Amino acid sequence: MSQATLPAPRPRQRAAIALTILALLLSVGAYALVGLGKRGHLPIDLALYGSLFAVGYVAAYLLIRRFAPWADPALFPIAGVLTGLGFAVIFRLSGGLAAEQATWVVVGLIAFAATLLIVRDHRQLDAYTYTIGLVGLGLLLLPIVPGIGRTINGARLWVRIGPVGFQPSELGKVFIVVFLASYLSAKRELLQVATGRLGPLRLPSAKHLAPILVAWGASLVVLFVEKDLGASLLYFAIFVVMLWVATGRAAYLIIGLLLFAAGAAMGYATFAHVQARVAIWLHALDPQKVFEFGYGQLAQAQFGMATGGLVGAGLGRGSPNLIPYASTDFIFAAIGEELGLLGTTAVLLLFVALVGRGLKAAVECPDAFGKLLAAGLSAVLGLQAFVIVGGVTRVIPLTGVTLPFVSYGGSSLVSNFILLALLIRVSAGSAPPRVRGVR
Amino acid sequence: MDRQIRRLGLALLALFAALFAQVNYLQVFAAQRLEDNPANATRQLIAEYEVDRGSILAADARTVLAASRKSSGQLKYQRRYPQGPLYAGITGYYSVIYGRSELEQAENEFLSGDAPQLLPQTLADQILGRPKRGATVVTTIDPVLQKAAEQALQQAIGGVSTGGAVVAMDPGTGYVKAIVSIPTYDPNQLSSQDPAEVRKAWDQLTHDPDKPLISRAIDDIVPPGSTFKLVTASAALENGYGPDSEWPNPNVLDLPQTTATLENFGGEHCLGGVSKITLAQALQISCNVVFGEVGLALGADKLAAQAHAFGFAPDASSGDVPFDIPFQEGVFPDASYFSDRLPAVALSAIGQDNVAANPLQMALVASAIANGGVEMRPRLVQEIRDPTGRVIESYAPEESGRPISAATAAELTQMMVNVVRAGTGTAAQIPGVAVAGKTGTAQHGEGQPPHAWFVAFAPAENPQIAVAVLVLDGGSLGNEATGGQIAAPVAKAVIEAALSEGSG
Repeated sequence: MSQATLPAPRPRQRAAIALTILALLLSVGAYALVGLGKRGHLPIDLALYGSLFAVGYVAAYLLIRRFAPWADPALFPIAGVLTGLGFAVIFRLSGGLAAEQATWVVVGLIAFAATLLIVRDHRQLDAYTYTIGLVGLGLLLLPIVPGIGRTINGARLWVRIGPVGFQPSELGKVFIVVFLASYLSAKRELLQVATGRLGPLRLPSAKHLAPILVAWGASLVVLFVEKDLGASLLYFAIFVVMLWVATGRAAYLIIGLLLFAAGAAMGYATFAHVQARVAIWLHALDPQKVFEFGYGQLAQAQFGMATGGLVGAGLGRGSPNLIPYASTDFIFAAIGEELGLLGTTAVLLLFVALVGRGLKAAVECPDAFGKLLAAGLSAVLGLQAFVIVGGVTRVIPLTGVTLPFVSYGGSSLVSNFILLALLIRVSAGSAPPRVRGVR
Repeated sequence: MDRQIRRLGLALLALFAALFAQVNYLQVFAAQRLEDNPANATRQLIAEYEVDRGSILAADARTVLAASRKSSGQLKYQRRYPQGPLYAGITGYYSVIYGRSELEQAENEFLSGDAPQLLPQTLADQILGRPKRGATVVTTIDPVLQKAAEQALQQAIGGVSTGGAVVAMDPGTGYVKAIVSIPTYDPNQLSSQDPAEVRKAWDQLTHDPDKPLISRAIDDIVPPGSTFKLVTASAALENGYGPDSEWPNPNVLDLPQTTATLENFGGEHCLGGVSKITLAQALQISCNVVFGEVGLALGADKLAAQAHAFGFAPDASSGDVPFDIPFQEGVFPDASYFSDRLPAVALSAIGQDNVAANPLQMALVASAIANGGVEMRPRLVQEIRDPTGRVIESYAPEESGRPISAATAAELTQMMVNVVRAGTGTAAQIPGVAVAGKTGTAQHGEGQPPHAWFVAFAPAENPQIAVAVLVLDGGSLGNEATGGQIAAPVAKAVIEAALSEGSG
């Protein structure tokens, strides 16, 4: 590595090198341990996947150093550990799924690189507010389109064009956050103005309330037409949160909460599967019901985590295949079984660190758009992790979303790497010296 | 905006704190309760099969009746029965679906490593990261006798009848040396890790009209026929009738309270129709008429008391003979049953009517006579060894009762020697060895071939082995069968095997 082509390592970059190597060691180490635990020898493909992760992570590090030198050094390594751990657990569950996930890791890293290369400054995105918004809305509603939409496990959230199937809502959430950041940063002054009063609440004008009602309507469409509880909840929550962050008006939170309650009540009254989700959540371990359809999977997740106990059965040594959908929705339970409370705590702390670092970038970013963008992206990651982990551990009713970076699934992994690239971009732009090429 | 972002951070932190609290609850505080949840059967099963379950060995501590070996399937260990069908009635099965039976069930605490005596060992294994290991159960079973008994019984059955059983035990210790029951089953089929295979095997076994899962040696009871005359003779001797006491010898015995009569085997007149017969002679030739008289002379009270002293129970559910695996004691009704059924007293005295037994019960009767009137508690387990081979439990011989006096035992032994020397049991003669025995040919159901019995011990002067043989439905001889013809040779083969082993 010559000094001529790259700037000399600064203290932050030493941390970035160390953390990237640590992420690499943890990822490949976990993968190797699965082989040892499951078969008693190192995985046959250790060299292949090991070098794949090594090349991918080192390339990402070099790319960040070259194109976002002032980026937060921890963001990529945190996502890298989550991705590597997820890959190891997926390999533990199924060798075939692991091979697919490896492909998606490569595609995700390429998407990450492309995002970082194309978006040299996050404020570039601020110029395409409505284009991005329309694309986001389009992605959201794409599964409804006859002919390409597919219903899987009762929810219409898949799109299949030719041989390629994907979940557009995963990518859609990134576009929606960019749109909201752009829209809200422009309109925040207007939205802050209160024109009416309802009891103690000062209400914004009806005109400015329109966007929140549109977002609510879109969420309800997702809920009622696509029957995608998780995405619906996530979209609406992120919208309300960003609106509140942008305006500082508690009224939006309260109105949002009321609208959420109304939507949830309508969903509960209308859909048997929503009622079932709630019933399963409440009675997952009821001995009278536990053998009924739907109850078993949540119960198995609890049993798996209980079996894991404090230190877990060890990678490759538990029986996480007893948990339905262990590689996707329930991957957190599989981690709990084999890595115990130590493993689940580590995963939770990694998400806390990732979200914390993202919010730190938001606070440090000088411009409103960047602040809202970083805060929104961080909140999406945090809320999505909470919704699925909370569902798996019975804190809240289960709604099927992926655990970012960890769960099996191409759409989710690629979208989250794009999200990560944007977060890194904002963090890189939030510290001096600035290199601003655009605008 | 920064203030809201910080608050957002705190709010998200609070959500994650809730998750953190919940995983602590699930994985630590409520973990045991969740693991024990009845719906958690699959994981409980997996945990059970994580244990290197202890072996079940024969008395030589080498011959393996059951052992665990590592498996590549979903369950870590697989139970194997190297000679499954031969020892099925002893080991039982260990099934993922249908649970356990026999020693697999009775000694499960030791085999699974859960017994408190094993705690130091299992804790050490846990600390060293080794799989949990169960204890080894060393039985009293002699593989040579078991095989000899099985072969001889197969020959007697000749593939014709529904089956039979043999029990051999050491009369001095109560250690059971062989338990053979035919038909049998292969416990390996029920211990497969493939649930479909296990279900199929189970369905076949439970729908088989010959009921191979039920041991003829210890579970099922059938009329003991004339072998029960040992009990009647014991009662007579204990109540003052000597071996030379004389009894009238009519052709048929008129039964009280009815017009029915009691006949001898084949309608013969005992000893060619002499007017008086001694008790010893009556046993030697198995004279039904005289034993009917003896029963009536003794009365139901004394007969029932004697039977119960040998371990017979008043009904099938009230036995109290301790044994290491489930044992159905013989049945002899309470005296009250006979109060208005006097003919039943005569029939019961010759082991018919509601009297029933299995080979283990009759082996206990023979053992008590052989052991000078002292009945030993029957034992199938000799000792338990921890995974390092250290003996942690050892079961010494234990007296369980004295159904008859030493004098009665001596007199009865002599009478039984005569049965083999010059009576109905000559087929059990072994050159140079005084074999004491008693035949039985038990009627059961109109038109059915009789069950053939033989109960014996040897050498008479210093008994080493007691045997009870049951060949159901006459074995290869069918309607023509008698205990002397079809069952005595089986007992002879087992005694020969035992004595040649003891001398060698």
